[in-house]
Amino acid sequence: MRREPPQKIADYWPLAFPAGMLTVFFVIPFATMIAVSFFQRQQGGFYTPAFVFDNYARFVSLFFGRVLGFSLMLAIAVAICCIVLGIPFTYLLTRMGRKAQVMWLVALLAILSLSEVIIGFAWSTLFSRTAGITNLLVMAGLMQEPVALTPSFGAVLAGMVYQALPYTILILYPALVRLDPTLTEAARTLGASPVRAFFTVVVPTLRNTIIATLIMVFIFALGSYLLPQILGRPSHWTLSVLITDQAVYQSNMPFAAAMAVFLVLVTLAMVGLTVLIGRKGDAP
Amino acid sequence: MNTLLRRLYFLLIGLFLTAPMIVVAGVSVNVKQSLTFPPQGFSLAWYGEIFTNPEWRNALIASLTLAVLSAALAVLIALPLAWFLWRRIAPWANIFQLLGVAPFTLPPVITALGLLTFWATTGFYGASWTAVISHAIFFVTLPLVTLSLGFTAIDRSLVEAAATMGANERTIFKTVVLPLIRPYLISGYAFAFVLSLNEYIVAYMTVGFTMETLPIKIFNALRYGYTPTMASVTILFVAIAALVFGLIARFGDLPKLLGAMAAEK
Repeated sequence: MRREPPQKIADYWPLAFPAGMLTVFFVIPFATMIAVSFFQRQQGGFYTPAFVFDNYARFVSLFFGRVLGFSLMLAIAVAICCIVLGIPFTYLLTRMGRKAQVMWLVALLAILSLSEVIIGFAWSTLFSRTAGITNLLVMAGLMQEPVALTPSFGAVLAGMVYQALPYTILILYPALVRLDPTLTEAARTLGASPVRAFFTVVVPTLRNTIIATLIMVFIFALGSYLLPQILGRPSHWTLSVLITDQAVYQSNMPFAAAMAVFLVLVTLAMVGLTVLIGRKGDAP
Repeated sequence: MNTLLRRLYFLLIGLFLTAPMIVVAGVSVNVKQSLTFPPQGFSLAWYGEIFTNPEWRNALIASLTLAVLSAALAVLIALPLAWFLWRRIAPWANIFQLLGVAPFTLPPVITALGLLTFWATTGFYGASWTAVISHAIFFVTLPLVTLSLGFTAIDRSLVEAAATMGANERTIFKTVVLPLIRPYLISGYAFAFVLSLNEYIVAYMTVGFTMETLPIKIFNALRYGYTPTMASVTILFVAIAALVFGLIARFGDLPKLLGAMAAEK
């Protein structure tokens, strides 16, 4: 059966339910959020329809600039760590036997699907004084007594890399699986060591994939909202945390919505950049 | 030497990925109500606690119900859409594909806040069925992507043969398309189910004050001091996720599913 354009109205009926659901429960909520970002906040947590820029004007402050700067810096750091760890890992993974590959993929998917709450709890336990890794160091005689490693920036970074690494590997996987093995074989025949072949052949071939992955992991990390709260200090809070905080605890929906709209704009700019790079990659 | 280096590298990554879970598993079998590692004694009491303590049991039931229903609704939204896009030439309809993928591409707090403002404005804020719809919209991407992948894998000549033999659209869908698409349907459902089970922010922002799912319960418990039950719930969740993805791998082609899944994004 070839694809055909719909001929009569009845041909459209399968579209009715999905289109209706997505419009009513995604497009309209999204539009509502944008509208609320221009609303006037009332004392006591309510807001009234208006068209004011007050909520956006609050961005122009030292506090907000610091939070935004920290969020971006943290997301970039996570993305770089994940790429550096993920590329050699994924490359070697795609060269393994099928059974081993499937086993790793199942494990990576299982971790990827874990709630941020669970990841946060697991890492805070690992970094705690009573049950943490420092106990092992004490047992090994390397430390005097166990210490708590959270809250700290390192703990936030470790937790977020843990959350984003499976995601990174799964994005890189298709590109690396399809990589032509004759490329590296040629380099090896010409006398390059495996490591040299990896850096001179594999990495340059994947330049666009790597940049696209960096941006996708960056967006993923930007969305982290619980790990900075569980593993860090208030000075480690990101934009996502602030949005949740304003919406739920401060009951300032208009300000939360304005921040969310801003976050959407940053994300869309990043997605646009990925598409642009992908287009360039298609050209010879 | 090289294989040794490679093994060491895999071991280190493996250790990084499993270390938190090993510690949590150790904590979950502690005899006393304290988080200590290495564990003191061995007891499965904290696993029993999930099912006997009404608070944890209710949270488990709430999470399971929400995941079962919202994954089903996500599939119900994704299947006709993916089928339509495969069957018909209607370029403008691709916008719905884009809308289906959007909630998963944007930072989750945005979808959560959008739904919160929507439910608050319409006056349904707090009703438990709103969580089902919210989760279904948030996770519709997963069945949509696996199903789109499944449809592209269908050999159109098979369908054409059925049409030549006089089968109508409905019969073709039931007897040819549906059996071919079933593995993708099941894995799409399974992905949505597992992620819904673990979801926090959307449930918290939309029904957090009226309905306590397991992730919400864990987070609330985190603030009032840790108990080993949290560790046993964590291990239970890891086990469920590993089981579900293991089953997908056992009965389907996981590398292929993942290869195209990421290419789709």
